[in-house]
Amino acid sequence: MAADTPVEYIKHHLQNLTYGKLPEGYERADGTLVDEATWTFARTAQEASDMGFMAFHVDTLGWSLFMGIVFLGLFRYAAKKATTGVPTGLQNVVEMTVEFIQGVVRDGFHARNPLIAPLALTIFVWILLMNCLKLIPVDYIPSIAHALGLEYFKIVPTTDPNGTFGISIGVFLLIIFYSLKVKGIGGFTKELSMQPFNHWSLIPFNLFLEILVLIVKPISLALRLFGNMYAGEVVFILIALLPLWIQWTLNVPWAIFHILVVVLQAFIFTTLTVVYLSAAHEDH
Amino acid sequence: MNINLTLIGQSIAFAIFVWFCVKYVWPPITAAMEARQKKIADGLSAADRASRDLELAQEKASKEMHKAKEEAAALVDQANKRAAQIVEASKDDARKEGERLIEQARAEIQQERVQARDALRAEVAALAVAGAEKILETSVDAKAHSEMLEKLAAEL
Repeated sequence: MAADTPVEYIKHHLQNLTYGKLPEGYERADGTLVDEATWTFARTAQEASDMGFMAFHVDTLGWSLFMGIVFLGLFRYAAKKATTGVPTGLQNVVEMTVEFIQGVVRDGFHARNPLIAPLALTIFVWILLMNCLKLIPVDYIPSIAHALGLEYFKIVPTTDPNGTFGISIGVFLLIIFYSLKVKGIGGFTKELSMQPFNHWSLIPFNLFLEILVLIVKPISLALRLFGNMYAGEVVFILIALLPLWIQWTLNVPWAIFHILVVVLQAFIFTTLTVVYLSAAHEDH
Repeated sequence: MNINLTLIGQSIAFAIFVWFCVKYVWPPITAAMEARQKKIADGLSAADRASRDLELAQEKASKEMHKAKEEAAALVDQANKRAAQIVEASKDDARKEGERLIEQARAEIQQERVQARDALRAEVAALAVAGAEKILETSVDAKAHSEMLEKLAAEL
């Protein structure tokens, strides 16, 4: 692996496998010039960042899709086999999760909307599964990927801001959609402009404040999850730099602690989504 | 840590997952759970009802038992009374029969006594006539003296 110094090792581990478009005339890391704009895998972090917006993190997308399919596959399988008799095994786990989510929605959501509970279930289980990838030792899968010829490989989608923002933007769009649907355009505008100070002269100030509050919601959702997961990942990588015989003394407690963090972050994301959407449904 | 198209890809994946979950995962699971809940609730209420029925049945049974016992006691009582009556009646009958027999016997004795006395009387009369014949050495015409003889016999 291209990691001679600790700093390089860490940077290497935090770089996603990027497939993107290099502009015409770009000088690559090995000194060759790109004749025309081409889609290719980035060989260095610099290349990845130079690709700009027109790039995909293949590892993030791949693993999050995989985890989503694992979630839906398991739950769909359980749903198909669900009996009204005595539940066993997988059905128990699935029903426990569903009941837990129903509880969260019952506590946090005060309107009627059949979409919210399955939405919360999807968010919770998907994020939980993606977070759980972090408990796989940091070098295992990147080493395999390296052997297959992939320079960079970062398996935890929630340590990539794209991964978390992707979800929180979805939530943000739902917040806007339901705000408009429940309150109407007039109601929503009024909510944004006449609060917290109900006076016409303060409308610009209200607008500024309320729009800020609105926009902060998805940002805080995404950054909280990303920050926690990223920090945890960095600590795992730092521990991996220690001599082999001492690693377990730090690794094991940190991993055990992270079992808690992994579930907690998924839960917080879910609960806040439910609460935000509940606020979007409240008509004043 | 670059923001790029991954963001949009992730959002699309998220939307598809949510759609799939809303459509194919959530409804069957919750339906099964609700159906089971209803089944359990029904079962519990059925059990409740059954235990209430059992209680009622037990109560009814014990009432019936009590009633039967009372009836039986009444019957026994009645039978005892009737038996006593029958015994009393038969005692009465026996006494009456005895009295009747005694009466009859007495009457028969009386009759026999009368007969015996009559016979005796006749014999005495005959004896008296014979005695008188002996004394008078003549025969007494029984026919001629029958009036006297009957008078004599009646006196005896």
